[in-house]
Amino acid sequence: MINSLFLISHSGDIFLEKHWKSVISRSVCDYFLEAKEKAGDPENVAPVLQTPHHYLISIYRGKLFFLSVTQTEVPPLFVIEFLHRVADTFQDYFGDCSEVLIKENTVTVYELLEEMLDNGFPLATESNVLKEMIRPPTILRSVVNTLTGGSNVGGTLPTGQLSNVPWRRAGVKYTNNEAYFDVIEEIDAILDKSGTTVFAEIQGVIEACVKLTGMPDLTLSFMNPRLLDDVSFHPCVRFKRWESEHVLSFIPPDGNFRLMSYHVSSQNLVAIPVYVKQNISFLETGSCGRLDITIGPKQTMGKTVESLMVTIPMPKSVLSVNLTATQGTYTFDLTTKVVLWDVGKLNPQKLPNLRGSISIQTGAPKPEENPSINIDMKLQQLAISGLKVSRLDMYGEKYKPFKGVKYVTKAGKFQVRT
Amino acid sequence: MSTTALYNDQQGGAEAAVEAGQESTATSSSSGAAFGLFSTDFKKNEDLKEMLESNKESLKLEAMKRIVQLISKGKNASDLFPAVVKNVASKNIELKKLVYVYLVRYAEEQQDLALLSISTFQRALKDPNQFIRASALRVLSSIRVPIIVPIMMLAIKEAASDLSPYVRKTSAHAIQKLYSLDADQKEQLIEVIEKLLKDKSTLVAGSVVMAFEEVCPDRIDLIHRNYRKLCNLLVDVEEWGQVVIINMLTRYARTQFTSPWKEDGIFDENEKAFYDSDSEEKQGQREAKPYIMDPDHRLLLRNTKPLLQSRNTAVVMAVAQLYWHLAPKHEVSIVTKSLVRLLRSHREVQYVVLQNIATMSIQRKGMFEPYMKSFYVRSTDATHIKTLKLEILTNLANEANISTILREFQTYVKSQDKAFAAATIQAIGRCATNISEVTDTCLNGLVLLLSNRDETVVAESVVVIKKLLQTQPTQHSDIIKHMAKLFDNITVPMARASILWLMGEYCERVPKIAPDVLRKMAKTFTAEEDIVKLQTVNLAAKLYLTNSKQTKLLTQYILNLGKYDQNYDIRDRTRFIRQLIVPSEKSGALNKYARRILLASKPAPVLESAFKDRDRFQLGTLSHSLNIKTTGYQELSDWPAVAPDPSVRNVEVIEPVQEWAPSLGKAKKPKSDDKFYSDDEEKDEEGSGSGSEDSSSSSSSGSSEESGSESEEESSRDLEKTSSDSEKSSSGSEASSSESESQQKEKKRAKKVTPRKSKQTAADSGSDENGNGPLGKTSSSSAESSSSEESDSSEDSDSDSPAPQKKTVGKTKPKVEVKSKKEVSLLDLDDFSPAPPSAPKSSVFSSSLLSDLEGLSLSNVSSAMQVTTSSFGPVKTYELLHHMTGKGLSAKYHFPRQPCLYQPSMVAVQVILTNSSDHSLEEIHIGDRSPASLNVHCFNTVERLEPGASVSVSMGIDFSDSTQAANFQLCTKEDQFSVSIQPAVGELVMPSTMKEPDFCSEQRKLMGMNETSATIAMATANTSKQNISKQVLSVANVGVVSSDQNNLQRFAGRTVSSGALVLVTLELRESSTALLTINTEKTVMASMLLRDLKQALYQA
Repeated sequence: MINSLFLISHSGDIFLEKHWKSVISRSVCDYFLEAKEKAGDPENVAPVLQTPHHYLISIYRGKLFFLSVTQTEVPPLFVIEFLHRVADTFQDYFGDCSEVLIKENTVTVYELLEEMLDNGFPLATESNVLKEMIRPPTILRSVVNTLTGGSNVGGTLPTGQLSNVPWRRAGVKYTNNEAYFDVIEEIDAILDKSGTTVFAEIQGVIEACVKLTGMPDLTLSFMNPRLLDDVSFHPCVRFKRWESEHVLSFIPPDGNFRLMSYHVSSQNLVAIPVYVKQNISFLETGSCGRLDITIGPKQTMGKTVESLMVTIPMPKSVLSVNLTATQGTYTFDLTTKVVLWDVGKLNPQKLPNLRGSISIQTGAPKPEENPSINIDMKLQQLAISGLKVSRLDMYGEKYKPFKGVKYVTKAGKFQVRT
Repeated sequence: MSTTALYNDQQGGAEAAVEAGQESTATSSSSGAAFGLFSTDFKKNEDLKEMLESNKESLKLEAMKRIVQLISKGKNASDLFPAVVKNVASKNIELKKLVYVYLVRYAEEQQDLALLSISTFQRALKDPNQFIRASALRVLSSIRVPIIVPIMMLAIKEAASDLSPYVRKTSAHAIQKLYSLDADQKEQLIEVIEKLLKDKSTLVAGSVVMAFEEVCPDRIDLIHRNYRKLCNLLVDVEEWGQVVIINMLTRYARTQFTSPWKEDGIFDENEKAFYDSDSEEKQGQREAKPYIMDPDHRLLLRNTKPLLQSRNTAVVMAVAQLYWHLAPKHEVSIVTKSLVRLLRSHREVQYVVLQNIATMSIQRKGMFEPYMKSFYVRSTDATHIKTLKLEILTNLANEANISTILREFQTYVKSQDKAFAAATIQAIGRCATNISEVTDTCLNGLVLLLSNRDETVVAESVVVIKKLLQTQPTQHSDIIKHMAKLFDNITVPMARASILWLMGEYCERVPKIAPDVLRKMAKTFTAEEDIVKLQTVNLAAKLYLTNSKQTKLLTQYILNLGKYDQNYDIRDRTRFIRQLIVPSEKSGALNKYARRILLASKPAPVLESAFKDRDRFQLGTLSHSLNIKTTGYQELSDWPAVAPDPSVRNVEVIEPVQEWAPSLGKAKKPKSDDKFYSDDEEKDEEGSGSGSEDSSSSSSSGSSEESGSESEEESSRDLEKTSSDSEKSSSGSEASSSESESQQKEKKRAKKVTPRKSKQTAADSGSDENGNGPLGKTSSSSAESSSSEESDSSEDSDSDSPAPQKKTVGKTKPKVEVKSKKEVSLLDLDDFSPAPPSAPKSSVFSSSLLSDLEGLSLSNVSSAMQVTTSSFGPVKTYELLHHMTGKGLSAKYHFPRQPCLYQPSMVAVQVILTNSSDHSLEEIHIGDRSPASLNVHCFNTVERLEPGASVSVSMGIDFSDSTQAANFQLCTKEDQFSVSIQPAVGELVMPSTMKEPDFCSEQRKLMGMNETSATIAMATANTSKQNISKQVLSVANVGVVSSDQNNLQRFAGRTVSSGALVLVTLELRESSTALLTINTEKTVMASMLLRDLKQALYQA
């Protein structure tokens, strides 16, 4: 399966290597670095590469390449999924998955990698199990450890490894028992020039933060579960119950986890919360252009559109922009040529507008295509699909937990073609 | 190099230390001294060495941390080996683990020193802590030192039978490590694998299959007996194991089952025909025999399906490929949604999934067409994602959606990403060739693009137009003219060359323009790129042959220019062309053929998908992703023409029932179960209520007897036809079913004549409607279930009738007699629970309802709770198969309490099969049963059950007077469902007619050991004689012995199987207590019966 793992920085520096089978020289990374050079943008590097003797499967996360080397046939998604799980674990342990943090915590990283794979086959990937074996570094603990000579490594087999609920550790205790569920929906949409929807769908997730004592058995039911078109669950969710009754029945992991993700069928018309009136034009002569964008509320279900942000990647030939915004501020990044307009709250009485001129390199031809406009926004207390949690029941434990549900709608990949 | 030499010197010492099994402090110190001779490189780590030698744990730990940092950076820390290895037995776990990390990293390089640590591991392998045993085995097996192979082998063998599944899992991993170290151990390792494959722990399953895949993927025979277990465990295996097992099972299934694709070759004929008619279709036509899916094949498909909802993308992909390679064609599409869902995941996941979708979409457009919009490209996608999406969109294009796709492509063509724009033009070209309707539109669009400002776009358009024109050379001379006009503005060499080639190829269609283009080229020849020059020479030659009058001089001029060109290719070509076209003495024979050589009609290039040939690889594999055969890739074999013996998968061990419903077993509490079922029951009851309203007045009399009469019909038929049963079930044609129906009718007619059943004839006409007409009867499901309850109610009214003894004489008789009463109770049934009019009935109903619910809540746990009656209270219907688990097929059963006609020792069971799916189910029959000795009289195969219809069938089971459940499989054409019938003890008895004196004399024979008695408390409502008998009869199928003693009630029965007498006496005492005595040889039954009776009397 996975033979070796190399962590490579954005700039091409190999700063960590780990081998689970025989050592493979890091020169194998040269093939990858070559491909990276060729691709230019790190996003464009093909995730699966072939070298004369090895196969390289890589992911790009947090400006880092996780490059795994394998010598035999293996399902590429298996490796990719695992690498992402590794990155998730780092994020979980160190707060972020970045070069600096990994370098700072090399030993913990090494210990983690040692536990996560045995002979290249994933061994323990559940964060709960790992945390029992290797405790995440905290300032307090490192101080205590230096004084007492204690260690971050547990000596017993984590209970999760053996139980049939590996995601939950035994003997969890809280004084405040609480369970929070965030229903987060993202609207993926492509709007065309005239504002008609080319494609729109809703992707939702339910993020949970469960801090409950003991072994609670939770049942979460929805008012309108039929809405959900396609779902995927955390392993804790009993699939049969969902199939038969459309309720989520599960023994929750401890702490934060993603309970389910779902897709709302595109047959249902997706409400688009904002409209964009735009006019971007480049003049044939005089190497300049005009830009005029107005954003207004469309179907907001009575909620306010917040944290509105507009991103416009300008053509490479654009030199500078001279714009005025009636609300919020805008920036123009000279190297990436991206106009970023931070609007903030959308006021239906006074629609935000951004207009002004664009100057283009003299001599450069008029850009072929107008840049597309990417929109980011947030609507609090609303799940745009209309999904509603009806109730949460707890079995198996006596106490009364504090329960809460929050709804948020965001823009996912929301793009307006111009 | 010097290191090794030094170590070799010490080898003796090291080995001695191993033999002594000690920790060799002496050796390591001497080796430390040996290091003194070392180079300056060593001095760098001098401080680390000192730290390791110190007595302070914290210093050692600090040193190890720094060493691990060195290792992680890829720096060599091997010279510290002796100092590090000493700490292998440290008490500090973190230190120890870091030493392990070091050891595993450098053991291969420093084999001899590594041996020093072995004894520590050997000791740890015996540690009582499973975690320590496991990690010792992990490290021991990771030390790649050939000398310790025997030790590893021993450790693996021992660990494979460890009590802890975690250790066994580790041993499965160790197998692979040992195999990669020493392939000679294969045979022994296979033995261990074989043993571990039998392991029932979900923890082990994934790892051992991984070991199997690595060591002996060809030993498919090892899987046979574990196949079903693996299928059933699959849901509970950890996600990584799932991927490996699914992939292995895919391979396995392809060798063991016959192709399910033959049957529905027609299904995708229209899809296939476009590309290439597949061999499968032909096969399908050749074999007229209907395909029956192996139940094991179905089991695999069924058990993998829930995994499509996994959060792990690799699992979803694995299931998707399993369905792609194994499922019948019309079932494959269930994976679509899940695959599309994965497109929301990380970029890398998208990449792999899109690759697989691209391959799938070539063969099966229909699968992904509804999701076409999910493949629309965003400007923010990475280039390779964009190209893949484009590929898929092109594959999905058909007459219906092409306009949408082309409109989308128009946007892409304008993309700032020019490479992508060029790819889009290619895609448009492909759409144009594939869909003839839009060829012209595409061509025109592409021509418009020729005036694009971007060179790459123009060039790509020219190239694509060239290819398109080649497929339709007869028209479009105007396009060639247009291109000639544009020629001056186009600078991209490839495009220029393409235009020149077009001119030359079709010079006869543009006779005026072509020479002019050549004239222009002659002027600029020297400044052109090589590829353009070559095409110019080509054009010149072709024009010379067709239009030598105008172009002779021009050609000669160009040939002269070419002759002195700097590039030898061009000089070469020029020489060749000159010899070919200009007749001279030397050129000879070839000259004559110049025209045929140069102006031969050229086959049009085929524009096809880059993923065309990828389907030779199993989907989801690395080989598929890279489109090359990678090392260790296991070919997916073709389906066998004839399936190998399926019995190899049979396992003698009776599998527990819950294993068949794996997800339910996933830490599921009974509580959730009963809620699930009771909900459902309620629904059914509602349904039955409405059903009875419809049928209450007219057909009620018939339907109430339907169940009984039908079972008899079937049985009488069966007596004659048992031998032909098997034949019938195998033939799936409509004809045979109708035939059997007519036979049935015939029998019935015959039966009417027989005196014994003459009383039934009145009811027969009704039962004909209900019992024999399941086909196409949509409402019959509710009618059916209502009928069972109707009969209950009718029997209720019986209980009020003054002569209960009659029941023992013959069951059918009283039913006919009380027909008028029955109607009244039927009406009551309509409003069922709300307000039953008469008091006694209400108690019956409420109690039965109560017991119903109780029975439900505990039905899986204790059979003793189940309550049924022959003549009192509603017959309790039990669930045999829920429609969710049964894929639409649901089955309920009840005990009609009639003597079984097939064999006197059998208990009659009435099964009601309902099809709640949306397609008709075929060939419902009974398959394997367990225990194998179980004597069951199966019902005849139900040939076809329409959606919504239900049919009632009767079967007989010999329970041998025990309450052990009868397990068997309910099979449909495609599926098998394991079901079990667990009888309540009261159902194992038949009423026996007896006079009071006989009863007493029999009772006297059954004293002592054979007597079981208890004083019981009774509910006050129960003290009346009627109510007592009602309660008793509800529990057990016994007969009332009439008695003149007021405080005594007697019931008699015989066990069905052995005919042993069962005598029940109930002596009423004061204050609602009673002495309950049961006399029978079957003492076990007696105590169980006692318990049931006690409960029933107490509760009501």
